[in-house]
Amino acid sequence: MPDKMHVKLTVNGQDAEFLAEPRELLIYALRERLNLTGPHVGCETSHCGACTVIVNGKSVKSCTMFVGQANGTEVTTIEGLGSPDALHVLQETFREHHGLQCGFCTPGMITRAHKLLEENPNPTEEEVRFGMAGNLCRCTGYQNIVKSILAAAAQMNASKEAAE
Amino acid sequence: MIPAPFDYYRPTDIAGVIALLEEHGDDARVMAGGHSLIPMMKLRMAEVPHLIDLQDVAGLDGISIEGGTIRIGAMATQADLIDHAGLAEAAPILREAALQIADPQVRYMGTLGGNVANGDPGNDMPGLMQCLDAQFTLVGPDGERSVAARDFYEAAYMTERADEEVLTSVSFAAPAGGYAYEKQKRKIGDYATAAAAVQLGKEGAQCTAASIAMTNLSDVPVWSQAAGAALQGTSVDETAIKAAVEAALADIDPTEDNRGPVAFKRHVAGVILTRAIQSAWARA
Repeated sequence: MPDKMHVKLTVNGQDAEFLAEPRELLIYALRERLNLTGPHVGCETSHCGACTVIVNGKSVKSCTMFVGQANGTEVTTIEGLGSPDALHVLQETFREHHGLQCGFCTPGMITRAHKLLEENPNPTEEEVRFGMAGNLCRCTGYQNIVKSILAAAAQMNASKEAAE
Repeated sequence: MIPAPFDYYRPTDIAGVIALLEEHGDDARVMAGGHSLIPMMKLRMAEVPHLIDLQDVAGLDGISIEGGTIRIGAMATQADLIDHAGLAEAAPILREAALQIADPQVRYMGTLGGNVANGDPGNDMPGLMQCLDAQFTLVGPDGERSVAARDFYEAAYMTERADEEVLTSVSFAAPAGGYAYEKQKRKIGDYATAAAAVQLGKEGAQCTAASIAMTNLSDVPVWSQAAGAALQGTSVDETAIKAAVEAALADIDPTEDNRGPVAFKRHVAGVILTRAIQSAWARA
């Protein structure tokens, strides 16, 4: 049996260190070791995107990254974006525009959308749909998810302008 | 889905990678972005007792365009290809193809080197590299060698690369003229039912050069010399396109799978190639 390795991650700004087999998938390290149960285990085959987190500035399906690979990286999960008392703009707009039904895909959706809006702060509807293609939702038919993301983009741009 | 245990290595130079490959032989595999290998390891269809992660190896990334030659490091991701302004200018067909691969999350991780070295007939870059007549650089215990993309693929997952070699970069001459990468897939993110890479040169109203390759229509990518020849010297009219498609269809060998029966795949291949030729010609 191969040795466990010393893994060090920075997750939502906090250091996390533990011993793990390198084959452990990042999603399980986040959920079971660090108790960050926002990212979900959906398909576990890198299709559905429910496990999406941000690793070193990239949207990543954490079911398809070994914890060995992730060693030394900075990880952001949905827990790092907002809190129940201070929702992220995307969390607000998903609530307001009914961008979820069962909610299972939502943490992955919002974490991916956050990165999408960082790269493209003013996307068209088509760009949102293309940029969200790695996240599946079985409930909403996507319409309200797209609406929520476009609304978040508009709000973020408005508050940016107000700040200037 | 938990893969079998493995020893994990993250060497920082290519010599370290080759030393590990020599030591462990068949039991070792290199991993770039891991988005082909990890799913196979999770399904336990790939057994990798010694996994060599290339992410820290110096000199494998980067995109350079110098004197009409484009060189792309094996670890350049699909997202890197899409975002590189110079590449979009010099060889826009790469961006067009990369945007049709998988989804954003996978494109952040998936690399050009992994895509071409894996030998999966469903991957899009091998056909494109054959269309562009690219050269693959392989480094092994005996040094460096170059293999043409058109000579690299032997069968599904079987390539010219020896077990102890690493594909470190691809290079090709900046293409001229019109281009298109057309892909038919069941849904966004899927592998191709059929895809075609086309580069056409044009002088006046005449086609002066044509290179045509197809994806996922055989157990290897198919560069169809006959299809290209059918367009050269023509004005790429309906008759010439029909002849090129007929020639390409004679070179493919699709098999029935969950993307459809052979007759359907041949039909789709014809449609996709026709569109790709028309699009490339319109841009030439």
